[in-house]
Parts: sequence; C-alpha cells; structure tokens
Amino acid sequence: MNRLADFALPGFFLVVLATVWASERVVREDQPPGPVRITYWEKWTGFEGEAMRKVVDDFNKSQNRIFVQLLTVSNVQNKTMLATSAGIPPDVAGIFSANVAQFVDDRAVLPLDDFCREAGIGPEDYKPVYWNAVTYRGRIWALPSTPATTALHFNTAMMRRVGLDPNRPPRTIEELSEMADRMVQRDKDGRIRVAGFLPAEPGWWNWAWGYFFGGELWDGKDRITANSPENVRAFEWVQSFPKKYGPNEVQTFRSGFGNFSSPQNAFMSEKVAMVLQGVWMYNFISMYNPKLQWAAAPFPHPADRPDLARTTIAEADVLIIPRGAKHPREAFEFIRYVNSRKGMETLCLLQRKNSPLTDVSEEFWRRHPNPYIRLFDSLAASPNAVGTPKLGIWAEYSAELNNAFEEIGLLRKTPKEALDAVTARMQPKLDQYLKRLRLREQAEASR
Amino acid sequence: MSKRKQNLVGYLFALPWFIGFSVFLAYPLVASIYFSFCDYSVLKKPVFIGLDNYRELFADEVFWITVKNTAIYAAISLPAGMVMALGLAMLLNAKVPGTTFFRTVFFLPSLVPMVSLAVLWLWILNGEHGVLNEVLRMVGIRGPNWLGDPAWSKPALVVLGVWGVGNAVLIYLAGLQDVPASLVEAAELDGASPWQKTRHVTIPMISPVILFNLITGIIGTLQVFTVPYVMFPGGSPARSTYFYAMYLFDNAFLYNKMGYASAMGWIMFLAIFALTMLSLKLTEKHVHYGGGGTA
Repeated sequence: MNRLADFALPGFFLVVLATVWASERVVREDQPPGPVRITYWEKWTGFEGEAMRKVVDDFNKSQNRIFVQLLTVSNVQNKTMLATSAGIPPDVAGIFSANVAQFVDDRAVLPLDDFCREAGIGPEDYKPVYWNAVTYRGRIWALPSTPATTALHFNTAMMRRVGLDPNRPPRTIEELSEMADRMVQRDKDGRIRVAGFLPAEPGWWNWAWGYFFGGELWDGKDRITANSPENVRAFEWVQSFPKKYGPNEVQTFRSGFGNFSSPQNAFMSEKVAMVLQGVWMYNFISMYNPKLQWAAAPFPHPADRPDLARTTIAEADVLIIPRGAKHPREAFEFIRYVNSRKGMETLCLLQRKNSPLTDVSEEFWRRHPNPYIRLFDSLAASPNAVGTPKLGIWAEYSAELNNAFEEIGLLRKTPKEALDAVTARMQPKLDQYLKRLRLREQAEASR
Repeated sequence: MSKRKQNLVGYLFALPWFIGFSVFLAYPLVASIYFSFCDYSVLKKPVFIGLDNYRELFADEVFWITVKNTAIYAAISLPAGMVMALGLAMLLNAKVPGTTFFRTVFFLPSLVPMVSLAVLWLWILNGEHGVLNEVLRMVGIRGPNWLGDPAWSKPALVVLGVWGVGNAVLIYLAGLQDVPASLVEAAELDGASPWQKTRHVTIPMISPVILFNLITGIIGTLQVFTVPYVMFPGGSPARSTYFYAMYLFDNAFLYNKMGYASAMGWIMFLAIFALTMLSLKLTEKHVHYGGGGTA
C-alpha cells in the first residue's frame, strides 16, 4: 500500500471540514458590515407571515443600525426552548401568550422591565387583558405582536332556514342550546348531516368552557380548581350535546369535517351553524367561502349569570427575547417598533386582527375589512375577558383537561368524575412543581 | 508499513465514526442515566432527586395507561404481522410466473414514509367519508368510526401496521430461498404432505429468521410512535391510542420534564432487554442454525 493512499480518506474528511469552515467564513464576511443583524423566529406562514414581513421590512428601512432577519419556524415555542438551552437562541421569538409562564419558570426569557421603562412603555398603553398576558410574577416578559378575542360566529342563512331571526342571535347558553337543537338535520339512517352548535368544534378551547360559566382553573396561587361547581356545570352543558345527539353520531359527524384552514371547515361548509371562533375567522371565510352569510356576536352566558355577559377568550401572540440572545438591546428596539401605533396597526390590519393598544387611530377602523372588528375590540375590554392560566405546568394541565373533555364526550365519565380525576391528578403535580421551583429559587438566592 | 503506522491508519479511518458515536450516542446514553435521577428541564441545571422520578412514574396513572396500551398493541400487532409476513413470503416463494411483480407490489407500502402513511390512513379510516367504510357499506355493514371510537382505534392501528410488513416479508423470503432443496426433496420422497414439509422442514430451517423478526418486531411495536402521533393527537380518543413512546416524547419535549422522560426511556430499555432475553431463552430449543447443532 502506498503511503499517500493510506491517508486519502482521512485527508478527504479534513478537506471537507476545512471547506465547510472556510465557506462559513466567506458567507459571514459577505454580510453588510454596518448594521447589527438580529434574528427573529416567527410561527406565521401565508398572509399572516407576509404581514409580519412587511413590518420587518418597514423597520429595516426606517433606520440603518439594526437589520432584522425574519425566519419562519414551525412549532416555534419548542424550537426556541431547545435553541435557548443549547445557548444559540434567536434574538427575538414570536410565541403564544400561553407559553410565557413556562418560559419564565424555565428561565428561558429575559425580563423587559428596564427596557420598557426606558422606552416609556407601560400598562396604560395596552388593554388590560393583553398587558396581563405579558406579565407574570410581577415582571414584564414579552410584548404583544397581535392579539385576538373570540365570539360566537353564526350562519345567518341557516338561521333563517329554520325560522330563526338572524338579527337576534342567542344571548344565553340556554337559548344557544335550544337554537342549536332546532338546526339539527339527520338523514334517513339517523346520521347527523347538519348541527347547530357543537362544543367540540373547533376543539381549541376545550379547557375554557368553565370560564363561560364563571369557573376558574386554579386559584392563582397553589390550588387546582378544575372540579369547581361552575366547571362541572360547564362540562354538564358540554355533555348534554352527545347525550342528546348520541356520542357515536357526533363523533362520526365530526370525523367528516375538513381541516380548519380549508373549504371543508365545518362552519365554512355549513355543517355547523354556530361556532366559537376568533377575530381571524373573517379571513378564512373570505378566503374559502366568501359567499357565506354570517355574523358575529358575544358568546352567550348562562341565563342565571348575566354578570358573565361578554365572556371572551383573549390571547395574544407575543414577542420575547430569549435568555442568551446576542443583541437584546437591538432586539427590544424591534419589539418596540412593532408595538408603536404605526407598526402595530400595519400588522393588525394586514392580519385583520384587533389592536392590543389603547390608542387606536380612526384610520385603523376605517380601513379594517372585518365588519365586526369593533365587536372584537370591545370584547378585549370586557371585564370577562380571560386568558390562558399562567401556570408553568399548563401544557400538562391542558392535555389532562382535553382528555376529560373527550371522556365526557364519549359518555365514559360524568363531568364530575372526569373533573375530579383531573384535579386529583394535577394538584400533586402543581404542589411538586411549586416546591421544586421554590427549592431552585432558594438555591439561586444563596449562590 | 510498520505495525504502528497500520494501527494509526486504522484509528484514523475509524475516527469519524468514533467521534460521532461518542458525541451523539455514548454521551447522551450515559447522561440520560444520570438525568433519570434528576429534576431536569434542559434549560436549568439538573438537580439530583434520587429515585423520585421512578417512584412518581410507578404511581402515575397515565404511565400505566400507556404501558397497557402498548402491551395490547404489541400483543395483537406482533403475531398478526409475523403470520401475515410469513404467509406472504411463502406465497411469493412459489415458483409461478409473475412472482417478481408481486414481490415488488407487497414491498412497496413499506417504502412509504411513516407520516404520509398516517395521513393516507386517516382518510381510509375516516368514519364519515372513509374508503374502508364505503366498501363495508356496499356489503351492508355500517362501519365503526375507526378513529373516534376507543374500541376501534387500536384495531385500526393494527390493520395499518400489517400494511407495512414488506420488510419482514423480504427477510423471510431470503430465508426461504436458503432452505436446501435436497431436504425438501428428501421429505417429498418420504411422502410428506405440503403441510408436513412446511411444518417439519421449512419452518425449522428458517427458525433463525423467525427469531430475528420476532425480536425486531418486539422492539418496533413497543416503540410505536410516528403513526399514532400523527393520527391520534394526544392519544385520542380518550387516551386509547396513547402509547409509551408518545408519553415519553410529551414529557420530554412538551412538558420539559427531561428527567422523567429519561427514567421512562430506561424502563423501556430494560423491558425490551428482558423481553429479548426471554424470547432467546424460550426459543432456544426450537431455533436451528445451519452447520449442525442448535443455538
């Protein structure tokens, strides 16, 4: 064997490695030397992604010190968490307000209090429910990118067909159930063809029904309250639907629904006449069934609880600076721009959402294409606007509630049994979580 | 070339693999033993908590649900898959025209990526518009809601699993072609029926292959993940398809309980190890290796 050939393969590997290294260098040096480049990971695709891209471009054009590089990342909350733990997070990440508590407890995010103070940003600038969503344990951890509220969307043509007045949507839960029953259509085999309302559609807020009945999921400190009477009452109402219509019939009917973002969506294809949906629904209707006759109204409340009128789920997409970000100051500059009236209105107009800011321009209202935008905006100011519970173990808790929701939907458990089981399972988990959190804090304090 | 130099070259050749192995396999493997005794969320430093994770696991209701689901799935899917694969392999081994065509046809489904397979079957099994229920309707049967009914969700996965037996078929086929023709002919001369030939010549001769498929099958079915994860989010309906590997994944990457997930990983490893050892032991007398004697 000749000497040179012995080293050919290892040598080849070295050459490859060197080439990769060198090409990295070349690419890096190719970047413009002037501005600080910050990376920004965001979940949106499609027109929502384009809307953010426009805001990023506007920001990049508005000054020459900072250049924001927008990258679309699916499952952004998990990937940001992993990148942060690896020490290579993006400078800005767009996650959901529901993720904030977990990120904070995991020390994955930088507090923004000092930056906000310098920039003069405070609670007075935001609708309380959105400000509340970005604060946790007394500090500010994120600022909104776009917010949302939910309302009852109903098909006016389908109401008319069964003799209901489309100008008089249900105001109480009882009216909702009654109207829903009137709209049910079955074929000769007894299979459901059309439904008025199903609590399982779209299935994104299975955990939230208790709030519409005055329930809470925890006491804000250390107690899980999943089986409170209000929550049980809510789940009894949820279970009344499979009880009336048949659990298998409902399941089979639902299995025929297409994806949310498709013309086969249950509401868009007129299979379900009324749904709880967010401000974004307008976009999808105009995209997939622009001829649909629909309207929106606040979601009904129980007849004996008028104080729960205008209950809405108010959540926000938020921008955070992960711990370990290379350019936190520049990152905040960008977040601040997004949260200026100009930046926010551009974004919310293009994404067709409401604005989280208290100061909204007349032009915003005039140009907004959603005919019900003022409804969604006013719902955000409702005293009954609720957000996701700020719990570090929320991911697990919501999975547990989803499972309970399925069990009562299949009539395998009574609402009380299902929610007792959730409480029994989650309370020790919360206790342990809080204990470990305390131990860690003590350890950090003594260090 | 001197001995030393020869060694050096050898090590250099092995170096890329060795680096990859230590960084991506050996270190995580060893670290996960340690993490299984820690409260560890990836972001914060692991804190040693002794056997807490294991203790908590054994008291965890959902853990036992996933163990049960996985065991049921493996107990149905593994024999069904093995019998189906062996049967198909024997048919495809027959000397009739067109076998190569059929071999390709039966192997093709196992080339479909798992996620596409899952999405495809979501539509085949759809309770309202699914092809399967349409076919059943033609013969007057009202098919169940395969994906939404807890009683039918696991059988649906078993049916789906059988669809991907192509790999096992291929391995059996190779084994079957190694059965010496002389032995089959000798049996024929002695007047053995086709069943006797299969039972007393073919099966003993391919017993090592069966054992191999059994062990890889145990490992594969106990680790079932991708297809149910795509088809049944959260192990729906009512956790009837919540399998061990899914709960492990959720703990690790959704709930950030890496220590808990590591403990689950090690329990899984020990279970698979024990089952493999058990199958080796139980089949010892029935597995015949070429070259005389038994294993």
